[in-house]
Amino acid sequence: MESRRAIRATARRRRSQRGAAIAALSTVVVIGGLAAIVVTSPGWENVKATFFSWPDFERAFPDVLAGFWLDVRMFCVIEVVVLIVGLVIALTRIARAAALFPLRMLAVVYTDVLRGVPTILLVFLVGFGVPALELSGLPANPVILGGAALALSYSAYVAEVYRAGIDSVHPSQRTAALALGLTESQALRHVVLPQAVRRVAPPLLNDFISLQKDVALVSVLGVIEAFRVAQIDASSNFNYTPLLAAALLYLCVTVPLARVVDRMQRR
Amino acid sequence: MTTPVLEARGVTKAYGEAEVLRGIDIAVPEHQAVALIGASGSGKSTLLRCVDLLEEIDDGDVFLDGEVITDPSVDPTAIRRRLGMVFQAFNLFPHMSVLDNVVLGPVRAQGVPRAQARERGRELLERFGLGGREDEHPDRLSGGQQQRVAIVRALATEPRALLLDEVTSALDPELVGEVLDVIRELKAAGMTMLIATHEMGFARDVADEVCFLHEGRVLERGAPERVLSVPERPETQRFLRRLLEAR
Repeated sequence: MESRRAIRATARRRRSQRGAAIAALSTVVVIGGLAAIVVTSPGWENVKATFFSWPDFERAFPDVLAGFWLDVRMFCVIEVVVLIVGLVIALTRIARAAALFPLRMLAVVYTDVLRGVPTILLVFLVGFGVPALELSGLPANPVILGGAALALSYSAYVAEVYRAGIDSVHPSQRTAALALGLTESQALRHVVLPQAVRRVAPPLLNDFISLQKDVALVSVLGVIEAFRVAQIDASSNFNYTPLLAAALLYLCVTVPLARVVDRMQRR
Repeated sequence: MTTPVLEARGVTKAYGEAEVLRGIDIAVPEHQAVALIGASGSGKSTLLRCVDLLEEIDDGDVFLDGEVITDPSVDPTAIRRRLGMVFQAFNLFPHMSVLDNVVLGPVRAQGVPRAQARERGRELLERFGLGGREDEHPDRLSGGQQQRVAIVRALATEPRALLLDEVTSALDPELVGEVLDVIRELKAAGMTMLIATHEMGFARDVADEVCFLHEGRVLERGAPERVLSVPERPETQRFLRRLLEAR
């Protein structure tokens, strides 16, 4: 007679085999079904020619890639600015000093207003509004102005992320730091902030991913970045494949970032 | 009579309508330990937090070595540097190693050079049976070890007196002993302590005076043998009987 242990092991194995078989079958059915619907659609031949044309891809790719290099550089600079400005705003919002009251109010207005305005609108307003002031000393370069608009918008989001992180650190941590004789700002700097930043690293990275895509919005100011290059090429050659090339380049950055977020959240 | 290290006179504290302390008088002479006993909500923890200036009192005063520390003109940070506090839930800093937890106070609050603070921190950890744990993070330690680290952290700033807030209440029963042993050792070494506790046997061993708190007042005080064995007040009798029944 078989032992109970062996019977259970066999049953478990059979269960997991059946699970794997069902997963494989359902994948084939769903993906295959979707592919069949697309490929047999009446317009498929047309779409294939305008979106998936290899010669067009090959021709446009180097230019799109050059444009994307600008996206990446802008992303890196804006991100650093956002991380610093967001932290400053978050710290201003939580500061208790009475003298900082007006700044605290400004910080609240800042986060409310800049999160409430569509990013594309903000890019327009800063990109065309600031040069219209005709003030000397202000930059007129659309790359800088567009970048500034994105930095303004994302700082507001990131400030709120930081603030949520700071709020999530239990007050007993601050109390313990004070009990050791640390000042309020030392307690914040050495005890509360390091824990807060660690906790919000995944949502911060999510905002990075979002920013990496939104850099394309500066194209509305005439900046020749990946999306704009692809758009120009597409409209002059009546073929949308370059847009697909741009999309692929964005994915090359955002997908790895997404995997990093997943890994951080699992920890 | 010599000045007590810690003294509270007529201390009151209310949170909104709820009066938590209603005129507390307590004195802890040098090298002595005073135990605060009483039900949850009787005001023990609040009193300790008020003494460490983590809460602002409403009336009365607290003195450290005869000097008023509850005057609004006093910088609470400077006072807290002279006192040590250990919490029920340890409150160790989870993002730092054990040794970094211990040296944070000396380095940041007292300006001790880091190398010197680390050396002294290692000595203290060694002394309390935590040698070799310096580089671990607190969550790798047992509750008893964590609380001993918290005690070492409080000692590292060389406090004038130690405030212990139910330091064994969050521990599994089998881990209580190791923490109480540390406190007994500190008492033997002459540390001045104000201890809120639910461990009556421990209060009996280590305290020079036991104060029974009830609804924000010290209802009964005296030598531990007297208060714990032949309590005079019916409230004290009821409290001790309930503790016995709970066993």
